[in-house]
Amino acid sequence: MSKTISIDGQSVPFEEGQTIMDAALAAGVYIPHLCHNPEFTPHGSCKLCTVKVNGRNVASCTMPAVEGQEVLNDTEELNADRLALTQMLFVEGNHLCPACEKSGNCQLQAVAYYLGMMSPHYNHFYPQREVDASHPDVILDRNRCIYCELCVRASRDADGKCVFGMSGRGIGSSLVVNSASGRLGDTNLAVTDKAVQVCPTGAILIKGKGFTVPIGRRIFDHYTIKQIQTGGGPHE
Amino acid sequence: MTFELETAANPEKLRRVVIEPVSRVEGHGKVTLLLDDDNRVHQARFHIVEFRGFEKFIQGRPYTEVPVLVQRLCGICPVSHHLGATKAMDMIIGAKLTPSAEKLRRLMHFGQILQSHALHFYYLASPDLLFGFDSDVAKRNIVGVAAAFPDIARQGVALRKYGQEIIRLTAGKRVHGTGAIPGGVNKNLSREERVFLRKDIDQIVSWSQAAVELIKRIYTGNPDFHNGFGYFKSSFMSLVRDDGALDLYHGGLRARDEHGQDIFDHVDYGHYWDYVHEEVRPWSYMKFPFIRSRGREEGWYRVGPLARVVNCDFIPTPLAEAERKVFREFGGGSATQATLAYHWARMIEMLHAAEGIQELLLDNDLSGDDLVNTGTPALRGVGVIEAPRGTLIHHYRVNEDGLIVRANLIVSTTHNNQAMNEAVRQVALQYLDGQEVTEGLLNHIEVAIRAFDPCLSCATHAVGKMPLEVELVDAGGNVVSRLNKAPDGRCGV
Ligand code: SF4
Ligand code: FES
Repeated sequence: MSKTISIDGQSVPFEEGQTIMDAALAAGVYIPHLCHNPEFTPHGSCKLCTVKVNGRNVASCTMPAVEGQEVLNDTEELNADRLALTQMLFVEGNHLCPACEKSGNCQLQAVAYYLGMMSPHYNHFYPQREVDASHPDVILDRNRCIYCELCVRASRDADGKCVFGMSGRGIGSSLVVNSASGRLGDTNLAVTDKAVQVCPTGAILIKGKGFTVPIGRRIFDHYTIKQIQTGGGPHE
Repeated sequence: MTFELETAANPEKLRRVVIEPVSRVEGHGKVTLLLDDDNRVHQARFHIVEFRGFEKFIQGRPYTEVPVLVQRLCGICPVSHHLGATKAMDMIIGAKLTPSAEKLRRLMHFGQILQSHALHFYYLASPDLLFGFDSDVAKRNIVGVAAAFPDIARQGVALRKYGQEIIRLTAGKRVHGTGAIPGGVNKNLSREERVFLRKDIDQIVSWSQAAVELIKRIYTGNPDFHNGFGYFKSSFMSLVRDDGALDLYHGGLRARDEHGQDIFDHVDYGHYWDYVHEEVRPWSYMKFPFIRSRGREEGWYRVGPLARVVNCDFIPTPLAEAERKVFREFGGGSATQATLAYHWARMIEMLHAAEGIQELLLDNDLSGDDLVNTGTPALRGVGVIEAPRGTLIHHYRVNEDGLIVRANLIVSTTHNNQAMNEAVRQVALQYLDGQEVTEGLLNHIEVAIRAFDPCLSCATHAVGKMPLEVELVDAGGNVVSRLNKAPDGRCGV
């Protein structure tokens, strides 16, 4: 007999070693998340996936599933917290959706829609961040980085390269690249690398593509992020 | 000419009237009049209040983003900025457009001309023209037009909506779409979409004809008044096709003086700066462009519908061409320099746009799949297009990485800056000089500005709308009285 946890009263089976997030996704239950991508080791930094387990807040992407857990996920309170976290992500960086080519394919934007975000609510930080376009095929726009470290993990674990890394802490964090000059063009990044494909926002983009996909044919024109991430469409 | 009204000799002794901002003009226009105790006009200036450095803002951004970003400059003609910037980016990637791409962009642009001209004429100008410039201010708006002339208002709304549908289907959204991309477009028009648009196009053409008839009837019904209102002569500048035809999407620059003589013709706009310079004056944020060969004083010019219809040798669609001839011949050519004739020329262009759409919708290239081209990249790109209100210049430099290092935009309102000042001064002299200032009289000034431009926000590269405030200030700078106007034209003290 397989083991189960309960998420919002629904019984969800899991295998030994799975996290709550793994079990939920396998069962088609959506827990909002940004820094998690099932292809990579969990990171637990964005906290969007926070759920209540037996009354305590935990990050579901890092919390192992344990027989009998009572998990609260889709509650007003948790979704309000998730909304606030998302709004903070928006004001911490410079996210100008109307002029961003990732618009319509962006997970940050899609999560914001899912959570019913109508405005950023908080004051914008308007940080000064650098755009690095020195690579012939790839552009790194740090204005849109949410420090999920998916590119860091992908470059290290899938590409075996370690092109990306984080430097600094907290609000002083920044995404750095592994070259003496500090420029992306001087790293060994290739446009085909997994690290280039994995960014949930428009921080890492392939050059010259721009707005080639028309409005109406972008992923989130047709699906919610919940549908996409629980198997209702391609995983971006 | 009224250059002497640009700066008064002894401003400290004069009373100041500020019209701020001009109502039914989108953006922050401001007119200041300096009057003496007998209400004689000593100085009249039209200026833009707000400035937001858009050229600065896009520095360091990838060039691919700019055509979408620049649309935020203007709420009325975002598509013109979108296409102007994309044309510049075509040059940066060195691409020559495929027939499908060019036709789809032309269609998008016709849609834009149609919706913007309809908005300008029906929503913003027709209340003045139908009711009178000093008619009851409470009714002098589109709601008043809808009550008194329901058919006219309905047609205006429908024309605008149809233009927006064209934009939606070519750009993906009614406002701020993404259709044009460097080297081409990102979508074609399916056969179903063309069938859908073809359903109403004959009606749109005939309503556009009705619009020309309407302005013609109004204009020729009181020819001396309409010809003489804010009258002055100037040079004109516009794009024309190789054969001299009106072309709103692409062509060479033509400038003709007030006698119709060429100043330059078929100029490659990739070097516009050899022909047009911009002057900065201390009292205005907006620059004053002038034609180099004619110098600062004499070199100013007008752009927009009147300039285009007068400058071109013919209009390449039959109904609009017939109307162009009527217009040119009216009163022995007396309307060809008139301020209010802008509206007449505007409606002729709207008819041309409707006919152009009708013709394009039959073209199978619109449903073609060959949509994007590439070429040999360059570091500089210039895109020029005839936006609804006139010639629009987008000029960019990028670095080797494809990031914008410099941008210069010259928008229609800026080209017309001197001309609008001229119109304001003429009207001030004609109607306000020596009179007790009333809302109706002040509206005459706004009527002159609205002939050119309902939209000032893009000229200072700022976005916004505000109600109107008129202040009468005495020589000591004290506010004597104040008049407030809501965006719908309603007044309150
Ligand atoms: S660049 Fe993208 S993938 Fe990398 S840390 Fe930033 S948001 Fe995450
Ligand atoms: S998805 Fe779990 S912390 Fe980001």
